[in-house]
Amino acid sequence: MNSKKTEISADYKKKNWLRRKETLQRAWYKFSANILSVVGLIIVIAVILLAVFAPWVAPHPDHAGAVVDFTATMQSPGAGNLMGTDGVGRDLLSRIIFGFRFSLMMGLVVIGLAAPPGIILGLIAGYYQGTKIDTAIMRFADIFLAVPPLILAMSITSVLSPNIFNAMLAVTLMWWPWYTRLVYGLASSLQNEYFVQSAEVMGASTPHILFKEILPNCISAIFTKITLDMGFVIIIGASLSFVGLGAQPPTPDLGTMVADGAKYMPDQWWLTIFPALAIVFVVLGFNLLGDGLRDVLAVEEV
Amino acid sequence: MTEPLLEINELKVNYQVFGGDLKVLNGLNLEIYPGEKIGLVGETGCGKTTTMKSILGILHPAARIKGGEILYRGRDLLKLKEKEMNDLRRQHMSAIFQNPTAALNPVFTIGQQLEDAIRYSFSREERLPKKEIKARAVEVLNDVALPDPERLLKNYPVQLSGGMKQRICIALALVTASDLLVADEPGTNLDVTIQDQILRLLINLVEERKTATIYITHTLGVVRQFMDRVFVMYAGNTVEVAPTKTLFDNPVHPYTKGLLQAVPKLTGVEFSQGIPGRVPEYQRPPAGCRFHPRCPDSTAFCQQEKPGFVEVEPGHQVACFTGGDS
Amino acid sequence: MVQEKKSLLKVNNLQKYFTTPQGIVKAVDDVSFAVAPGETLGLVGESGSGKTTAAFTIIGAYQPTDGSIYFQNKQISGKKRSRELKRNIQIVFQDPGSSLNPRQSVRQILTMPLKLHNVVPAAEIGNKIQELLELVELPRDFIHKHPLELGEGEKQSVAIARALSVNPSLIVLDEPTSALDVSMQAKIIKLLGNLQQEFNVAYIFITHDLSLMRNVASRVAIMYLGRICEIARAADFFQQPLHPYTRMLISSVPVVSEEEEALKPPHYTSQGEIPSPVNMPTGCGFHPRCPEKLDICDRQIPESLAIDNNRQVFCHLYRKDQEQKIADSTLRQE
Repeated sequence: MNSKKTEISADYKKKNWLRRKETLQRAWYKFSANILSVVGLIIVIAVILLAVFAPWVAPHPDHAGAVVDFTATMQSPGAGNLMGTDGVGRDLLSRIIFGFRFSLMMGLVVIGLAAPPGIILGLIAGYYQGTKIDTAIMRFADIFLAVPPLILAMSITSVLSPNIFNAMLAVTLMWWPWYTRLVYGLASSLQNEYFVQSAEVMGASTPHILFKEILPNCISAIFTKITLDMGFVIIIGASLSFVGLGAQPPTPDLGTMVADGAKYMPDQWWLTIFPALAIVFVVLGFNLLGDGLRDVLAVEEV
Repeated sequence: MTEPLLEINELKVNYQVFGGDLKVLNGLNLEIYPGEKIGLVGETGCGKTTTMKSILGILHPAARIKGGEILYRGRDLLKLKEKEMNDLRRQHMSAIFQNPTAALNPVFTIGQQLEDAIRYSFSREERLPKKEIKARAVEVLNDVALPDPERLLKNYPVQLSGGMKQRICIALALVTASDLLVADEPGTNLDVTIQDQILRLLINLVEERKTATIYITHTLGVVRQFMDRVFVMYAGNTVEVAPTKTLFDNPVHPYTKGLLQAVPKLTGVEFSQGIPGRVPEYQRPPAGCRFHPRCPDSTAFCQQEKPGFVEVEPGHQVACFTGGDS
Repeated sequence: MVQEKKSLLKVNNLQKYFTTPQGIVKAVDDVSFAVAPGETLGLVGESGSGKTTAAFTIIGAYQPTDGSIYFQNKQISGKKRSRELKRNIQIVFQDPGSSLNPRQSVRQILTMPLKLHNVVPAAEIGNKIQELLELVELPRDFIHKHPLELGEGEKQSVAIARALSVNPSLIVLDEPTSALDVSMQAKIIKLLGNLQQEFNVAYIFITHDLSLMRNVASRVAIMYLGRICEIARAADFFQQPLHPYTRMLISSVPVVSEEEEALKPPHYTSQGEIPSPVNMPTGCGFHPRCPEKLDICDRQIPESLAIDNNRQVFCHLYRKDQEQKIADSTLRQE
């Protein structure tokens, strides 16, 4: 009896693995059908690798900090410094590579903070659609959505002290309602599905219905949104830094670098152009990847 | 005998998807004579809708025609250019789809949709003046027994019931004196009493106009009541053809028999447990006769070769090696 | 009524109204019926007949506007349902695609009710699930499958297994086979019949397919625009339908044999549209389509007339006969 059981479970594991493999292959087939999605994926992977291994990849890792080398200021891009150096002689390429770290961290922290409460509120509001709970949550979210995002973030950071932590907090505050909106829409249509009603009739608890029945069916849309949002959050973070309300020198932040370099346009063009291109690169990568994911994760019709 | 209006010979259609082609139509044969009403029946996933789309030339982009021909008055539709096919469709063919709500555009009024259909059913040179188009629209709405056509022309589809929408779809399909009508389960989403009305209306109209009709459905009762001849389809092949009465009185193919036995009867007579198994996967369909894995009478031979049509009695053909002997 | 004592479910003068921007919709109006343990009551009707609303009120998804529901002789309408009661009444939905969560495996789908109602100890849940699968004639290794990998019929079997897992005494079947092919339908119907015999569970079988109803139900109730037109034993009903609507309904059924054709009442071809439930006709809801309309029909809603112990019809046509009968019997008594 026992041996039979283990046999069945081993067989199950193998089959399960094969099925996962096939699902992945199918997903890849769909994903790779659009060449742009693959480009997006490559960019995102490249940026993540660069950011993670920055201290080993960057030609001058120490230049990420407050280093001054007056022998090498304002060098134009060339063999020694691929993207040139800045006003205090730091290698721009190294600073951009470290800049990816801050951009990604900004994205991860903001979404990590904004998504969970946004999702939970959205689930609750969607499930209780049409009741007072729905009204309370959604109107509260609307208040945040009504203020232009950048203005809200700017006012928060300028009231508190301008640093990267406060910038993230500010962006988080304006970001969660988008998740609430997204999940609200999904949950309110899913609550009419028979499988939700069936769980209700069965007597299942509300947390079970919210997290075990409804949430798993929202995951793919949430995942797509997170990927797309990475790009947007990075842009907002860079914008805040650009106006001086985000990361403060000597932190190697892409937005700050663009702002600093702008003073030297057009003669020392590389100081602005390269960090700006880096931002474009990251954001484009996440957007392309997000679009690709949306295609793959759309519920499959067999 | 007269020439068939439409003749499909050995049609093969595949769909390209991940993991290999879906070999859906596997040498389909079908013919319809002018003014004839035929029923095309089979379970869901037998390729009925693919057949319809092949005839109308509106197959999904992933579909590939792998062989065979569709002759319309002797011309092979598969060899026509897009423009020629458009002209042919516009003037000689019409279609009614399963879901009337999806078949009508919700942002245009009934009048706009109907008048467009009338306008474009003529070639550019013969196009009717506006007034006549309107008059014609009122006329077709009268034909499908809809009350107050003048007002109806100003209504949007959402303002109408399912039955009324299906009447509009019939009107759309019959605005021109087309020779061929392909109807894909037009009664399925309707209530029983409404379905009955709609079908009787449709049949009256096509009989009046002598329009040849291919009626696609999985409801055997509807076919029995209204059609002249029946084609039974299984997994991309036509497996049995007969005049309606013959088919229902004396079915020969094991699949036809199985289907008929599985239908619940008003008399309360026990119905069978149904045919075991389900329609095959089209990526790896069974070799030989595609029905053999579900067939109670299958022999080793059935697994090797695909049966061709055998005439059991005049007009009654069956694609089965038992050939009605069992 | 005769079944008063032994009835499992009793619905008395049930009303369910919805308020919409267009006005009040009387989805279910003054509906009464009873279901005995282990029997199948067929609930037949077209769209707008209120059959689904009635079912949803019975399973507790809606609260009735008025009227009462008794289950095992206890009043259950209008209050919060106990866990035990929720276990005892189950439902199988029309669309098997939507009734199973696409993100869960069959194991997860069946584990939830077993755990929730402590049907078996936690350690035995796996075995119990395989037992249930066997019961609905699915292979045991389906436990690992996801709904996307199943055919429509197989999905419906899983939904039936889920309803059955908690040993209910009543299952509401809301058009369980309308999305299936005849062959699959035959299989599911046979399965439901076997399960009923084995577990003595009662069914309320909702459908618009009269031929199917003839084969599954012991009694049928026909609804039109929120009201019942006729309740009868299935055999009697199909032998001789009384209400003009039910006659029209039977004559509209597409059939596959001569014997069935003979059962259709002649001269009852279907006519007219089903009125919108917001804009209901006065009096009897069917009078605008009725070929035998009397003067009284658009003024007065017909009341229940007991033709015999097992049969009720709601139609003015039979009132005269009835009065005559009553008069006759009083005469005889005198």
